[in-house]
Amino acid sequence: MSEQNDVKTPDVNEHGWIQAQPVPNPGIEEHVNRWSDEDEGANRRATRQIVACFALSPLFAIAFIVAYFAIPGPLGRNPEESYGGPIVPVLGMSAQHFYMGLFLGLAILLIGIGLVQWARRIMNDREIAEERHQLSSTPENKQLVLEKLEAMGKDANIYGRRSIIGWSLLGALGLTALAPLVTLADAGPWPLPSTRHRTLERTLFAETESKTIYLVNDVTYERIKASDMEIGQLINGEPSNLEELHHSDPARFQSEKAKSAIIVVRMDPNTINITGREDWQVGGILAFSKICTHVGCPISLWEQQTHHLLCPCHQSTFDLGNHGKVVFGPAARALPQLPITVDAEGYLIAQRDFEVAVGPSFFERPFNRENDKGEY
Amino acid sequence: MAKPAQVSTEVVQPHNAVKPNPPLKKLGPAAKWGDDRVGLGGIGNFLLRKIFPDHWSFMLGEIALYSFIILLVTGVFLTIWFKPSMGEIEYQGSYQLLKGLPMSEAFASTLNISFDIRGGLLVRQIHHWAAMTFVAAMMVHALRVFFTGAFRKPREINWLLGVGLLIMGTIEGFAGYSLPDDLLSGTGLRFADGLIRSIPLVGTWVEFFLFGGEFPGTLIVPRLYMVHILLLPGLILGLIAAHLALVFYHKHSQYPGPGRTETNVVGIPMFPTFAAKAGGLFFIVSGFLTLLGTFVQINPVWVVGPYNPAQVTAGSQPDWYMGPAEGAVRIMPNIESYIGGTTWSWNVMIPGLGFLGLLFVSLGVYPFIEKWLTGDDSEHHIVDRPRNAATRTAIGVAAMSVYAMFWLSGGNDILAIRFHVSLNQVTEVMRVMVFLAPILAFIITKRICLGLQRKDQERLLHGSETGTMMRTADGGYYEPHLPISHDEAWTLTQHKQYMPLDATAADDRNGLAKKDVVSRNRSRWSRWFYKDRVEIPTAEELIAARDHIEHEKHGELDDVHDPELTGKH
Repeated sequence: MSEQNDVKTPDVNEHGWIQAQPVPNPGIEEHVNRWSDEDEGANRRATRQIVACFALSPLFAIAFIVAYFAIPGPLGRNPEESYGGPIVPVLGMSAQHFYMGLFLGLAILLIGIGLVQWARRIMNDREIAEERHQLSSTPENKQLVLEKLEAMGKDANIYGRRSIIGWSLLGALGLTALAPLVTLADAGPWPLPSTRHRTLERTLFAETESKTIYLVNDVTYERIKASDMEIGQLINGEPSNLEELHHSDPARFQSEKAKSAIIVVRMDPNTINITGREDWQVGGILAFSKICTHVGCPISLWEQQTHHLLCPCHQSTFDLGNHGKVVFGPAARALPQLPITVDAEGYLIAQRDFEVAVGPSFFERPFNRENDKGEY
Repeated sequence: MAKPAQVSTEVVQPHNAVKPNPPLKKLGPAAKWGDDRVGLGGIGNFLLRKIFPDHWSFMLGEIALYSFIILLVTGVFLTIWFKPSMGEIEYQGSYQLLKGLPMSEAFASTLNISFDIRGGLLVRQIHHWAAMTFVAAMMVHALRVFFTGAFRKPREINWLLGVGLLIMGTIEGFAGYSLPDDLLSGTGLRFADGLIRSIPLVGTWVEFFLFGGEFPGTLIVPRLYMVHILLLPGLILGLIAAHLALVFYHKHSQYPGPGRTETNVVGIPMFPTFAAKAGGLFFIVSGFLTLLGTFVQINPVWVVGPYNPAQVTAGSQPDWYMGPAEGAVRIMPNIESYIGGTTWSWNVMIPGLGFLGLLFVSLGVYPFIEKWLTGDDSEHHIVDRPRNAATRTAIGVAAMSVYAMFWLSGGNDILAIRFHVSLNQVTEVMRVMVFLAPILAFIITKRICLGLQRKDQERLLHGSETGTMMRTADGGYYEPHLPISHDEAWTLTQHKQYMPLDATAADDRNGLAKKDVVSRNRSRWSRWFYKDRVEIPTAEELIAARDHIEHEKHGELDDVHDPELTGKH
């Protein structure tokens, strides 16, 4: 081979790399004709197929429009029908959805396939080399820019003592641009101690101060009778005043529900540890916050025999038979327990609010060893 | 790149078989009108025959772009019907199972789109599939750019723009996912709220300002709606415009090959061939997403029902790109500190914010770290074959393995159920795997890369196998080799091989600018990065090797006994 004469020996250059390139650049590879370039029949076939794609596409587009109008949709012509229009067998989906999607998809896809086939089989496929241009500007250009900057400075006339004009303008722009940000300060109430006390650190159970708050079923709002609960049973509960709130202040409803949701369980009193919280329960019936202390998912997976409660979001596991302590997972704090008792008729009522804020941690939350770690 | 064994020494000059079209004036008065006003001719001259290298991996970014266009089109349709309000109403639509239930207007209008608007379900599902594809395509595109070293000078700015797009695409996806106000999206927001709260000092303030008070309040859906349909799409559009403008200015990078150099770009012209292929791909992506939206159900919100902060479904999972953050939050040990009446939730902050932060920051700084290790200030338009940058490739695969481990951890409950193993053990194993997997991946990948480099060297020095067995007169066997083509030999040898930077000796430092001094530390890292490699053979070695192969081909038995050639090492 002729290139053997002009070889370069490897040598680390001043940039710190070897670019030996012992083989000289062969230049762009020889173009190989495609079958459709060589064979007239293949070329005609390719043309026919591409035109077929482009011809079929509008037919499918029209079919799409027809499907929109002709096939009774989910809305249906007949409001008596449960799900409007006809259903595609096997797939079980709305026929209107099915045919509209199918026809539109095919109409679009065929244009794409036609275009790509045109490019691959008919269009010239010879590769071309183009020189790259220099990305940085030329030295002359740089020189010109320097001169213009110089002229710019002169025209602005801010050299020397007057440079303070420029700096003061920058300061003015900066502060004026930042100033309107103050309007965002009303994006929400400020979580100052008094606000936190009214919101994050308080649930609807705090209203026990003024009235009796019953523990109620979270769907039916029915009161829970202690004697009706079996050992091992779990009831998803809410405070009875949540229902009133739904009517009186619907905007607050979800936020209060997010804090007040509770789990009411009945366990065999002989199998659980209630040290320090002897009077928070009614014959083995205990109430805990349902909101995970990790990031706030409602916890709901109950293991009757172990008294463990598992959060389905991140698998934190709490032992309700032992102060709601964390036994597994990423949660760091025990589930807060709600002190409960019964009224004269035997219905479960709250004694007072939780002793600590429920739900996920926040920066200003003070630590409470008894409630947060279940240690007495 | 690897080409069949054939000797091609002929240098082919590229030329156009087709004569160029007649100039502008033939395009008629319209072109003249435009040229007179905005200099259309100049734009045409720049664009019409601009060269784009043709390679399948260059389509990944295009797929992301086209998914985004689909998102804009389908998104406009959805805004016609969607009501971003958390005000409670009683559902009276045609989905019988939820009839009469109280729910937010946002959820009710999502049901309305799905059941009562003709084509609504189709468009909603296309929108969601396009969102998944958008983020996925961006990520795979970023991997292509990473592994081929296409982020190097002069493309660092475009890499940063890409990282910005990835961040915004992720947030945009999360905002969209939160809008329907169904049970899953509400749970996702609850998770985000827990994450925000864990930020030290300002977490509670950020929570109150975002939600307009306590979670969930009544403002988050309308606020996220603004973010989702105006703020982020606008920013993403701007970044895409800048990203594409830089691609045009730099001209596309290209894979090594015959005739490809750092000063040229070899490929097909913008019009008609590239436009037909790229336009065709747009329609194929759109058509494919339409068929996905037709046949593959996604996010059936009516199954889980409206958001209720006291309920959750088991096995709830976010969209796929949130998986690693979710996994990190799941497997993090439960560490929390209580200092002077404050709570520091490391168990949420480190995995939730730290993981995503680390991911995006390390993506952002990587090009600059690598430049620090090479000290290379030259332009790179020929991309690397991943094997030739063994340590970079190994780092990339190690990072992918960390991502994969966290992603799997995000489904630790699903893994436990599907494989009938203990959930607790899955969690504990994943805690180890997120550290072990990258180490293994790094070592294995680096070895594979070096093995591939060795294979390249083998082809250069020994030629390619012929598959023919020859028996010699004295009963020996050997397989003759054929020399590889000139094109292939060039492709395998054209790249740069970096030498580790040597630390500047103390007495050499005088008079050097600070930036020219190589510290001992930098030298150590540079050595770690570049010391392992298989040298490119020198020209002399290649000539000697070719002579051996030529002799062997002519059956010169003396050479056959050479262990180098017979493979009896």
